[in-house]
Amino acid sequence: MAYSFPEEVLEHVFSFLSSDRDRNAVSLVCKSWYEIERWCRRRVFIGNCYAVSPDIVIRRFPEVRALEMKGKPHFADFNLVPEGWGAYVHPWIRAMSAAYPLLEEIKLKRMVVTDESLELIARSFKNFKVLVLSSCEGFTTDGLASIAANCRNLRELDLRESEVEDLSGHWLSHFPDNCTSLVSLNMSCLGSEVSFSALERLVARCPNLRTLRLNRAVPIEKLPNLLHRAPQLVELGTGAYSAEIRSDIFSNLAEAFSVCKQLKGLSGFWDVVPAFLPAMYSVCSGITSLNLSYATIQSPDLVKLVSQCRNLQRLWVLDYIEDTGLEALAASCKDLQELRVFPSDPFGAEPNVALTEQGLVSVSEGCPKLQSVLYFCRQMSNAALVTIARNRPEMIRFRLCIIEPQAPDYLTLEPLDAGFGAIVENCKELRRLSMSGLLTDKVFEYIGNHAKKLEMLSIAFAGDSDLGLHHVLSGCESLRKLEIRDCPFGDKALLANAAKLETMRSLWMSSCSVSFGACKLLGQKMPRLNVEVIDERGPPDSRPESCPVEKLYVYRTVAGRRADMPGFVWTMDGDKSLTFS
Amino acid sequence: MVDTMLNYEEGRCNKLGFEETELRLGLPGAGEKSNANYGKRGYEETVDLKLNLSTKDVGNLDQSDLKEKTLSKEKNLLPCPNDSVKPPAKAQVVGWPPVRSFRKNVMAVQKVSDSEETEKGSGGAAAFVKVSMDGAPYLRKVDLKMYKSYQELSDALGKMFSSFTIGKCDSQGMMDFMNESKLMDLLNGSDYVPTYEDKDGDWMLVGDVPWEMFVESCKRLRIMKGTEAKGLAPRAMEKCKSRS
Repeated sequence: MAYSFPEEVLEHVFSFLSSDRDRNAVSLVCKSWYEIERWCRRRVFIGNCYAVSPDIVIRRFPEVRALEMKGKPHFADFNLVPEGWGAYVHPWIRAMSAAYPLLEEIKLKRMVVTDESLELIARSFKNFKVLVLSSCEGFTTDGLASIAANCRNLRELDLRESEVEDLSGHWLSHFPDNCTSLVSLNMSCLGSEVSFSALERLVARCPNLRTLRLNRAVPIEKLPNLLHRAPQLVELGTGAYSAEIRSDIFSNLAEAFSVCKQLKGLSGFWDVVPAFLPAMYSVCSGITSLNLSYATIQSPDLVKLVSQCRNLQRLWVLDYIEDTGLEALAASCKDLQELRVFPSDPFGAEPNVALTEQGLVSVSEGCPKLQSVLYFCRQMSNAALVTIARNRPEMIRFRLCIIEPQAPDYLTLEPLDAGFGAIVENCKELRRLSMSGLLTDKVFEYIGNHAKKLEMLSIAFAGDSDLGLHHVLSGCESLRKLEIRDCPFGDKALLANAAKLETMRSLWMSSCSVSFGACKLLGQKMPRLNVEVIDERGPPDSRPESCPVEKLYVYRTVAGRRADMPGFVWTMDGDKSLTFS
Repeated sequence: MVDTMLNYEEGRCNKLGFEETELRLGLPGAGEKSNANYGKRGYEETVDLKLNLSTKDVGNLDQSDLKEKTLSKEKNLLPCPNDSVKPPAKAQVVGWPPVRSFRKNVMAVQKVSDSEETEKGSGGAAAFVKVSMDGAPYLRKVDLKMYKSYQELSDALGKMFSSFTIGKCDSQGMMDFMNESKLMDLLNGSDYVPTYEDKDGDWMLVGDVPWEMFVESCKRLRIMKGTEAKGLAPRAMEKCKSRS
């Protein structure tokens, strides 16, 4: 076979391909393209850390510079995955410390990271630049100190929403005086106070700092010191936004904000005192992203702030905003793309705020670019959902949580099948859907028939029978992640659609009706799937085969069964015996 | 080939040996009648699911029966056949509504500006603490705000760690540490005793302070054998003595 181009030229062409899909397609053209591509792939994304092993990745891609990986299933966020389940990053760090000395970036989500891992990273990768730990756990501030002290070219240290054992704020002082490379620092999840003077000096000597997310312990009076030293900031997360109301604090703050002409994103606002909000008004017209989800202030104050932000694209807020506030939002913020409304009192028996389906309807009417919604509320109607669907056919992400499980349409007392059906029928680009309320198998029929681009579906307390699950597995062509809890789905739909599971990243089913026998069968017949039963009642074979398992997690893998399962996880292996790790 | 084996569209699912394994649906509580039907219909039924069956034809399952059984009980356990099922108490459902613990814990510490300080405390927000039990292979997390008394917590822990028994509480919901000899019985028995680490980092026996104070000060729980908890007894004794 004659080449049209020498390898170097092909490699140069491939270097313009950044998407994994494109690179994977290129790899399949012929053997030589596969070889060329694998030597020049620099970024690897692993959606499920157990789908592949470090050795396999390293063998195929010897020159990786950036790794992004996810661990625990999404429902781990809601305490459905017991502690000790897995997702340890250390084996990966160990393998990469030998194989990838030039590694620059590690981004992890829902993984267990230890101080040992952080120390190994700090020691092994001389050119390490980016560490993003999203919803991770298992490490302490000592591990952070190692990173700060040893990574001479560190650009990003982002600990978003991780659970860190906070021994002290001293870690920040470990950044050496000659560290000037920081671009992004997110320490908002930490509790302890850091040395403010160390922080000030760090901020002052990093001219490229664009993102600074402080933790709650940084008081508002000190914020101006930082803003003056970093007027180029694009994203700011404040610390506690409260103090006794003094005019000098206010005026210093207002002046400091006015200097930050590039600010586009704001977050933080713990303990916010409304009187200090106007200090920010000078930047509001440039703000595109606003996270007020920890700001426990009432609707009028929220409205005053939000209506200044005419260019707002993303708003995260508590339900204190109420329907009236959302109406005002819809009137002011015509560029809004993403709205998330969180519940201020999720466990209260009675509503504590006047937020209903109407707020979401208003936003869907007033904001022509709305494409991503996460909404917690206490009542919903089919009529409202149909209206929303018709208003916004370009919706991409729609996640609705009606707080009471199985709540019907509050006007007609019917299931919400028709409403969600309208969503999937009208919103042809829908990629992610989370449902709640009273739902029968009918809604799954609609989903199977219409949601052809749906990639992730979350279901809770819904459906009547296996037919529901069957509709989803047989109809949703693009489905990658399916997570189900407390639904009457059993063996039949699962086994009938076993092949579908190999086309998906993962399936989670908890508190459903899948029997141990069916899990075993699935594991035996599908060797390329890991079928893992999570059951804290003890070994599944100590109960009848027809007994439903507590939790089931099924995922495709080329790495075989995992070797790190805790005592409450059993893999349904091909060899018919019940295997522990 | 796996794909032909599982290609239900061509109705060849029987190759999976469904009948051989006699895999019945065996839904908990579903009557004998239903089981017999499922045994007979087997796989071919799934071929028909798309074509001509309505939900009614799929099975004789009692809808309300199913709903009750799938609604989560306190600790998200599914019943085996013959287990009785209680309908869920509100706020007892694990992981619902789906609000991240991170978010709940952060909200818990903040003051609500409108001061809706109810009997619940800071607006019903959560207080997650880790629970470990000596000898048990796994940790759990519990939200202390879900319980209103030591008895409720004790019941929940008992279900979580089923070989665990806790000393009995008196009518005021506090462990009876007023009585030295009762305490010594407890600590000498083979029962497990719950202990907790408080805000100062001290390990205390659970039950020595009023419930609300416990919720505020408890950072983590550890369930240890009574004999091992003896080292904590002196502190409890001091408190006993200082009260009497």
